[in-house]
Amino acid sequence: MSTNDDKAKADALTDTGKQPEQDKPEKGNGASGSILFFFLVGLIASLLVGWVVFPELLYSKKKQPIDFNHALHVDMVDEGCESCHFFREDGSFSGVPELAQCIECHEEAQTDHPEEIKFVTQYVEKYREVPWLVYSRQPNCVFFSHAAHVRLAEMDCVTCHGPIGESTHSRIYEENRITGLSRDIWGRNIAGIKRNSWDRMKMDDCAECHAEAATKTASEGEAPIEGFFNNIIRIAFPGSLSGRKSSVQTQNEACFVCHK
Amino acid sequence: MKMDRRSFLSFLIGGAAGTTLSPLPWKLTDDLAIWSQNWPWTPVPAGGEVTFVETTCMLCPGGCGVTVRKVGDRAVKIEGTPGHPVNDGGICILGLSGLQLLYGPTRVPAPLRRAGGRGENHWEKISWDDALALVVEKLAALRENRLSHTLACISGTDGGTVGRLMERFLTAYGSPNFIRTPSMRDAYEMTLHLMQGVQASAGFDVENADFILSFGSGILEGWGSPVRMFRAHSAWKEKGVKVVQIEPRLSNTAAKSDKWLPVNPGTEAVLALGLAHVILKESLHRKEFVDFYASGLDRWKNEVISKWTPEQVEAVTGIDKSTTVALARSFARADHPLALCGRGKGSTPGSIGEFMAVHALNALVGNINRKGGVWAVPGPDYIRWPEVEMDATAAAGMQQPRIDGAGTEKYIFARHLLHRVPEMVTAADPSLVQALFILEANPYYTLSDSALLKKAWDKIPFIVSFSSFMDETAQNADLILPNHMYLERYEDVSYAEGFNKPYIGLAKPVIHPQFSTMHAGDVILRLAKALGDPVQKAFPWEDYEGCLDDTFGDALETLRETGYRVEADFAPGSGYPVFETASGRFEFIPEEIRDAGMQAMVQPQGEEPAFPLILIPFDSQRLANGYIGDPPFVIKTVPDTVLKGDALFVEVHPETAKAIGLSEGRAALLATPKGQARVRVHLFEGIMPGLVGIPTGLGHQAYDGYLAGKGVNANALMGPVEDGASGLNAAWGIRAKLSRV
Repeated sequence: MSTNDDKAKADALTDTGKQPEQDKPEKGNGASGSILFFFLVGLIASLLVGWVVFPELLYSKKKQPIDFNHALHVDMVDEGCESCHFFREDGSFSGVPELAQCIECHEEAQTDHPEEIKFVTQYVEKYREVPWLVYSRQPNCVFFSHAAHVRLAEMDCVTCHGPIGESTHSRIYEENRITGLSRDIWGRNIAGIKRNSWDRMKMDDCAECHAEAATKTASEGEAPIEGFFNNIIRIAFPGSLSGRKSSVQTQNEACFVCHK
Repeated sequence: MKMDRRSFLSFLIGGAAGTTLSPLPWKLTDDLAIWSQNWPWTPVPAGGEVTFVETTCMLCPGGCGVTVRKVGDRAVKIEGTPGHPVNDGGICILGLSGLQLLYGPTRVPAPLRRAGGRGENHWEKISWDDALALVVEKLAALRENRLSHTLACISGTDGGTVGRLMERFLTAYGSPNFIRTPSMRDAYEMTLHLMQGVQASAGFDVENADFILSFGSGILEGWGSPVRMFRAHSAWKEKGVKVVQIEPRLSNTAAKSDKWLPVNPGTEAVLALGLAHVILKESLHRKEFVDFYASGLDRWKNEVISKWTPEQVEAVTGIDKSTTVALARSFARADHPLALCGRGKGSTPGSIGEFMAVHALNALVGNINRKGGVWAVPGPDYIRWPEVEMDATAAAGMQQPRIDGAGTEKYIFARHLLHRVPEMVTAADPSLVQALFILEANPYYTLSDSALLKKAWDKIPFIVSFSSFMDETAQNADLILPNHMYLERYEDVSYAEGFNKPYIGLAKPVIHPQFSTMHAGDVILRLAKALGDPVQKAFPWEDYEGCLDDTFGDALETLRETGYRVEADFAPGSGYPVFETASGRFEFIPEEIRDAGMQAMVQPQGEEPAFPLILIPFDSQRLANGYIGDPPFVIKTVPDTVLKGDALFVEVHPETAKAIGLSEGRAALLATPKGQARVRVHLFEGIMPGLVGIPTGLGHQAYDGYLAGKGVNANALMGPVEDGASGLNAAWGIRAKLSRV
């Protein structure tokens, strides 16, 4: 009974038998040259597709309904970001302001700026909510508490959101065609390289900060090498070493702190 | 350079290497992971500010306070309002399903005009202006022809501003035919009127009672204000309060009672008189009340002593004489004994003889207007609108007798007798009702004797429903002017059934109206305006909210804040005369109906041997049987011994079933003098032999797919039985036949 292996061997033998006829010496270099050439063509083309074409295709570009000037508004309010992006009485975060908030100041246009006039005529007068596109919107499976980070850990808005308060125009919103989320979540850089803490908003970025905080408190008094291994264990199995939980700040239980 | 097989392979390898070194596969994997964890077609509730709105539930006459949790503009949960005087944080299964009525598919989205034949359910959306113009045209023509009295309104509500606006509209227009839907409230109001001389509703101090004698009242089935009764029931259990349930079927209330007395159906009043017999004979009654505050005891005593000895009572009711004697003693010896009546949820009034017999029991133990007893709660007094100035047409119309005969010589004590309307409409030609309004009611479903009802319906040329929902009545109307549903509108609730203190609840708009609906109050005002003077003159308000403002004055603001107003320290009997009868005392035998009032029993319709069994309807907290039908959450809780698929089960005692040759689950034909239906049989030892128990609240043809077409409408198999003394519908059952199919 012959197996597949036997057949393969037989094929190999046949090939070897034929080889001397086809493999002429002068063609040798040319063939390997063309092989290398095509390899490079394939390589470069796919690199181009992967690095340049793919990101272009992946994201659709959308304009915000109103070109919003953050810098202008920040200058005019007293409490910085929290003047408009505030915490509600129950501690939940209001996020993007609703029309009712805007109306407090913009019941009528205060300037003749075309964007403000557009805002007043199209939204305020019709009492229609502005369909803002939210750069930082996370997938629905993510649970994130602003209160825990801003109030409890006293973090700055800028740490995650960047210097958006200094912007004078609304950026183009690039929407991922697969997930429907903003490009800001993965980061502008398609390779995922970040320079600033606000360049990406993926789970790794949460973990990075949380691990740092965990290391700071947990590894005190540990030998460097011990600390190194323990940190790996801490990140992989939160709470396993010291009974500490994944959120060192709140001492909460693992997965469902962040995942719904 | 030619691409051969090798170069092609190397191209692919290069491509693969390049792809691997590019972010494409890794990014795609990540995106697909996110996509697959957040399927875009899975609905995600919108985020937003969490707020709570306190309002009043209007799904039954219970008057419960509810707190609606909102996220952004969407209502997401209904809960009982903590600290509310009626339900203190509790809520019933129907109340918490209210959001399914708000957002469900049964809403009427805009004014609809019938496009096909009546009941065919073909509709044409029209504008509010056109819809109101249609009504105005019809009403103006009737009034011009001096037929204003042929306009009638069937209303589920009468005490609050909306009910009163409607009644006022009819008055100014010239029709006396404002008819409230029937319930035990009619019988209790009449009882208090006859025995105590007051216009009041009955309140029960259930929290302070220490012995409960219930003549078929479904304390756990939705009687009174259901949540309050549930809470009282739990408190009784904790305090060791004895509950005795008298009814022919083992209901939930009976099952949880300390003693269940299966009495022959329809003879409950006889047992009440038997108990009175023992109490009087053994002188167990509370003399300090009976001697000083009551009159007519001697005459009544003679009657009771001679007619209803425990032996006689046993012969009629089937309750052992020693049980009657023991029960009478323990009832009379309790500190705060309380006797209740009104069968099941109390959706049928019942005979006045029965109500008076039970009320007399309370009087014997002195438990009238006293802690733990029955209190006369005066009707709402906040509506003080000026008298309607009637023109000649209106005055002439108001002089006409009511269609239902209430208040006429024969039915002098009755205020509303809806069950008589179908018969009256069918009998006369042309129809006594030329235009019919239906407000917060579903008579097409709830009225018994469907065959007669349909005949009457066909004779009414113009039917307008104000329903927010496509119920049976709306489906069979000519025009629907959908009201905002209760979570979308302001309305005062002037009454909480069985609550023993004057109470006003305020329903508030929890969210903006979801559809092109209009407040019934505003519709009435706009109709009046369009009809012009003199009707218009009776309505000096711009809109309904203006009317509400004007009615309550400054009190409205506090009512808006708290959601209710209750006279917490209300004590009947202190500060105003308790008994306003001619004698100024409690009347055991009211002179007005001295003979008829002693009529303790009402016979069911139908004759033996054609109908050897007796069909009794039974109520359940899980089956809404009034204006509102079961929303999906509630119908899901109905056990499959009641409803399986579309099949309805009737309860039959195994002995009875055996005699007919029926076994568990078998299909059968249930026939009564009023109709017949295919049912299935559930053998139940908790129902007395010779009876067939049918659940109420099923057999809807309207509403959504969760309710429509399921089971049989018990009302269709029943017919009204008029109580000779009061004219009220006293039907508690009907003769029936169950046969194999």
